[in-house]
Amino acid sequence: MSNLPVHAPRVTPETKPFWDGTAESKLVLPHCNACGFVIWYPRGFCPECFATDVRWEEASGRGTIYSFSITRKGRGEFREAGTYVLAYVELEEGPRVLTNIVDCDPDSLSVGQAVRVVFDDTGQGTALYRFTPA
Amino acid sequence: MSIRGKAAIVGAFEHPLREIPHLSLPQVHAEVARGALADAGLSFGDVDAYFCAGDAPGFGGLSMADYLGLELKALESTETGGSSYLFHVGHAAALIAAGKCSVALITMAGKPRTGGAGPGGSGGIGGSPEGPWENWWGITVPGAYALAAQRHMYEYGTTSAQLAEIKVAASLHAQHNPNAFLPDAVTVEEVLESPMVADPLHRLDCCVITDGGGAVVLVNEEIARSIGNGRAVKVLGHGEAVKHSDRGRIDLTYTPARWSGPRAFEEAGVTPADIDYASIYDSFTITVLETIEDLGFCEKGEGGRFVSDGGLVAPHGRLPFNTDGGGLCNNHPGNRGGMTKILEAVRQVRGEAHPAVQVPDCRLALAHGTGGNLATRTAAATLILGSEDA
Repeated sequence: MSNLPVHAPRVTPETKPFWDGTAESKLVLPHCNACGFVIWYPRGFCPECFATDVRWEEASGRGTIYSFSITRKGRGEFREAGTYVLAYVELEEGPRVLTNIVDCDPDSLSVGQAVRVVFDDTGQGTALYRFTPA
Repeated sequence: MSIRGKAAIVGAFEHPLREIPHLSLPQVHAEVARGALADAGLSFGDVDAYFCAGDAPGFGGLSMADYLGLELKALESTETGGSSYLFHVGHAAALIAAGKCSVALITMAGKPRTGGAGPGGSGGIGGSPEGPWENWWGITVPGAYALAAQRHMYEYGTTSAQLAEIKVAASLHAQHNPNAFLPDAVTVEEVLESPMVADPLHRLDCCVITDGGGAVVLVNEEIARSIGNGRAVKVLGHGEAVKHSDRGRIDLTYTPARWSGPRAFEEAGVTPADIDYASIYDSFTITVLETIEDLGFCEKGEGGRFVSDGGLVAPHGRLPFNTDGGGLCNNHPGNRGGMTKILEAVRQVRGEAHPAVQVPDCRLALAHGTGGNLATRTAAATLILGSEDA
């Protein structure tokens, strides 16, 4: 577990397969059976070709930092979080995912750095996906 | 059909205050409406089309039409955050060109300082499809724009000092604006020494948070001629575009200005080189830098060099910009900088900017709005405005 706030996400029938995966510490991504596109953010159809034939497949959990910022002052649940890292991680499968880099020295991070997924349990049958230096 | 020259801005008004604790939000809308109509020599009874965005209270345009007592043939409430009002000008011009209305009023107002709404834009995204994938990682507006800055720096070698040049230019202009929220000139060093908000963005890379508002009035060619005071500003071109997360492959180094700009230039029949003055949306310094590249004032990646050495400083820089001090120093009412971008462009074309920053013989101005969030989804609109002989 990181020391960042853990908010239980709103789960809908459309996104349940993804969130069910997080409960088992798996990053499960929707793939389009028609065109092969790896869909992000998760939804029940392919925004590349509009097909509705989607399968859910576990991702490697590996990626690289596409960009990051060291946020000094959060808002809402993050108001007391101190300094934390907001980032886009580019997954091996292609999508660029908004997330946090945790368990790291923020000043040591760099764009392109390899990271791997970790999960923060929400206590409600889901977990938030975050990343840490690989 | 083109809107080129079919409509003109004949009334413009910026609320002079930056803290408005004594007025309700509808009252600020009404005050700026009154101001813009007075500037045009028109009255509420002349208005037959009304435009407002998500900052309008209650049921938006319907509540405001009722509150203001407007008799309308057209009502429009496109909501694209801070760029909404540039969308509205384009849409109003199209409705006027189509003969659907003849006098269009556009208002905006916000009270983030004294009205209880916090900084960082407006509207909740709790029920939005993207919400669960963006809300729980502590995204802030500066943090998100810092992601764009970081990536631009990585790909193109852009530096914090180059971003600071944008703030410096805005501050040099703001010192001539008696209403500016931050009226003092700053140096590159002062920007770099200001507290880090979200690396790589410093406090002085961010726009101000102000109460305020503004309004414009557009009319058709005949009414503009009949007013005949030589202060009409023609709408020559308009382009709009939406850039979203691109199915999970977002590229943070550009904005939808790369599409809205060419559309506006084509309609106006001009090129970036023809532009005398530009109002560029400036929620953050990085917003300006990417937008200038995307509009074609320089090559992608060259923005840092373009803004250096006083490139944006009026009246003689490469591209005189935001001569009111912009959102970075003057006013970013309601966390929405689009209306004030239009207003300063109107002043420049009329020759009514402060003499210290008035661009000589300013015949063609560009106003550009960026709404939403550069790091997720953004709606942009570009306007080309011209003098009566343009």
